[in-house]
Amino acid sequence: MPSAPQSRRRVGLTLAAALSFACAGGREASGPATVIQNKGSDTMVNVAQAWAEEYALVAPDVKVEVSGGGSGVGIAALIKGAVDIASASRNIKDEEIEQVRLNTGKDPRDFVVGYDALAVYVHEDNPLTHLDRETLAGIFGEHGTIERWSELGVRFPGVEDDRIVRVSRQSSSGTFEFFRSWVVGKKDFKLGSRDLNGSKEVVELVGHTLTAIGFSGMGYATPAVKMLGLADAPGAAPVPPSLDAVLDGSYPLARSLHLYTLGEPKGATQAYLDWILSEPGQQVVARSGYVPVPPSARAAAGAGAAAR
Amino acid sequence: MTAPAPAPRPQRSRLERLGESLLEGLIRLSGVSAIVFVLAIFFFVFREAAPVVFSRNFDLWKFLFSIEWYPTSASNVRYGTFALTVGSFAVTALAMAIAVPFGLGAAIYLSEFCGRRLRETLKIVIELLSAIPSVVWGFIALTVTSKLVVDATGAAVGVNVLNGGVVLALMSVPIIVSIGEDALKAVPDSYREAALALGATRWQVVYRVLLPAARNGLLAAVLLGVGRAVGETMAVLMATGHAVHIPGSLLDSVRTLTANIAAELGEAPVGSDHYRVLFLTGVLLFCITFAVNIVADLAIRGVRRRG
Repeated sequence: MPSAPQSRRRVGLTLAAALSFACAGGREASGPATVIQNKGSDTMVNVAQAWAEEYALVAPDVKVEVSGGGSGVGIAALIKGAVDIASASRNIKDEEIEQVRLNTGKDPRDFVVGYDALAVYVHEDNPLTHLDRETLAGIFGEHGTIERWSELGVRFPGVEDDRIVRVSRQSSSGTFEFFRSWVVGKKDFKLGSRDLNGSKEVVELVGHTLTAIGFSGMGYATPAVKMLGLADAPGAAPVPPSLDAVLDGSYPLARSLHLYTLGEPKGATQAYLDWILSEPGQQVVARSGYVPVPPSARAAAGAGAAAR
Repeated sequence: MTAPAPAPRPQRSRLERLGESLLEGLIRLSGVSAIVFVLAIFFFVFREAAPVVFSRNFDLWKFLFSIEWYPTSASNVRYGTFALTVGSFAVTALAMAIAVPFGLGAAIYLSEFCGRRLRETLKIVIELLSAIPSVVWGFIALTVTSKLVVDATGAAVGVNVLNGGVVLALMSVPIIVSIGEDALKAVPDSYREAALALGATRWQVVYRVLLPAARNGLLAAVLLGVGRAVGETMAVLMATGHAVHIPGSLLDSVRTLTANIAAELGEAPVGSDHYRVLFLTGVLLFCITFAVNIVADLAIRGVRRRG
């Protein structure tokens, strides 16, 4: 057994070692000259993180710090001037533009960096292949009357309780707003849906609930779920959720992904945004399950938005 | 002492006296600070909520008793928290129905029936149980117990009142056990000896002598458990399914007041009505726990007067 002074000395040594290590680490961490703060959409947090990691290989002296919270949170941080880039899965609202101007004296600058397509998910054993918007409104909308799968002609052998389990997102998420505005416009959804906190959770719950229906980003699909084709009206031909359909605009549940800066970006931020809109940056978008901006539109995505 | 003349009282130095009064002031300050903090918290929460309470289109009746919670509606915003309040009560009631018998039973076993060595081990394990962070409980609820619930009941979705209640019960049992055990231990041994001398069995000692004698402490234990359950956020957020819905059975999903605040405050624009209403639900929650504490206090006083 070591005597007390001895063990104390050992503690001291360990402390000293830890300190010197921490100092060395600190020096290393302060190496990158610039830090870019990027905050916002939870939908985009994965792709933003992937960009940051990839960019660290391209430009080691720039560190991009990514955090989520939601499109609204990111834009709120931009309004305060707390971040360099806000990511948002929706267009910035007019009142938010106004607040940016009031607070910072600058106009928000909009970069379209990719597309997100929402998919309507059901369990893989659900025989349904497509739905139209009106039926979805009947399932999700406030005065919608569709409560059971049998009303849609869907039968699950051996399942007695065929009530539709609606899986939704918390009402402040951009995904929720986007889906709601497509399905019921300005109206509301029925209460009583399971409002989950993340895109992945929706797919997971639908994946192990036979009678569930939910919506989430196309990139979150797993083998346990099935994406439904969508039609704008009852008679129209359903469009299957595919990259081509998103790009040519025929798929109704697709939206653009935005990065916002305060005024025209400069220096490291500008270089970072240019890189995101270049081929390597767009490959990251595709790898994250989103649809990249087509090459012909990339220049416009960078420059055209200045007119906004 | 046989001192012939009274020795002069030793005079303390000025520094010593100053130090003493300083220390006294410091202790008084830390005593009073609790009151200050409670009032300050209430003040700040209410200040954030106040503008919406006094605005013209706010209807307190609807806020408390409407089930329609549409904070981000594009056409007709409605803030009714009744379903959330019912959800909180439902989950808490179920949790207590499970946790109180188990918790008090464990407390009685620990203090009266169990051997010394086993008791020490059990106490350490129970303390470990209370050290598990609530997010971890939430994970367990989401991934483990929800599947058990589906397997056991055949419910379509495992995240529901039953799941939330079970997890909250697991979380509040350690509190009930450790405080309940302290209360039972505080009963003087002379009571036990007297009862045994009169020929009472061990069980008779427990329920005729110890339970009445330790009533205050046991009540406090239960109410602290209730407080833990009402105020819990992360675990219920993950366990209950988060559906605005008055539950018709144990297998329905619900949303609680706390989980609602946790899920929505992050994305509510600062200063908006939605943001202020969320603070108002905080005030509502504060009032509920305050009422529970007052009732507990009165009950304990009543018991004390009779006892």
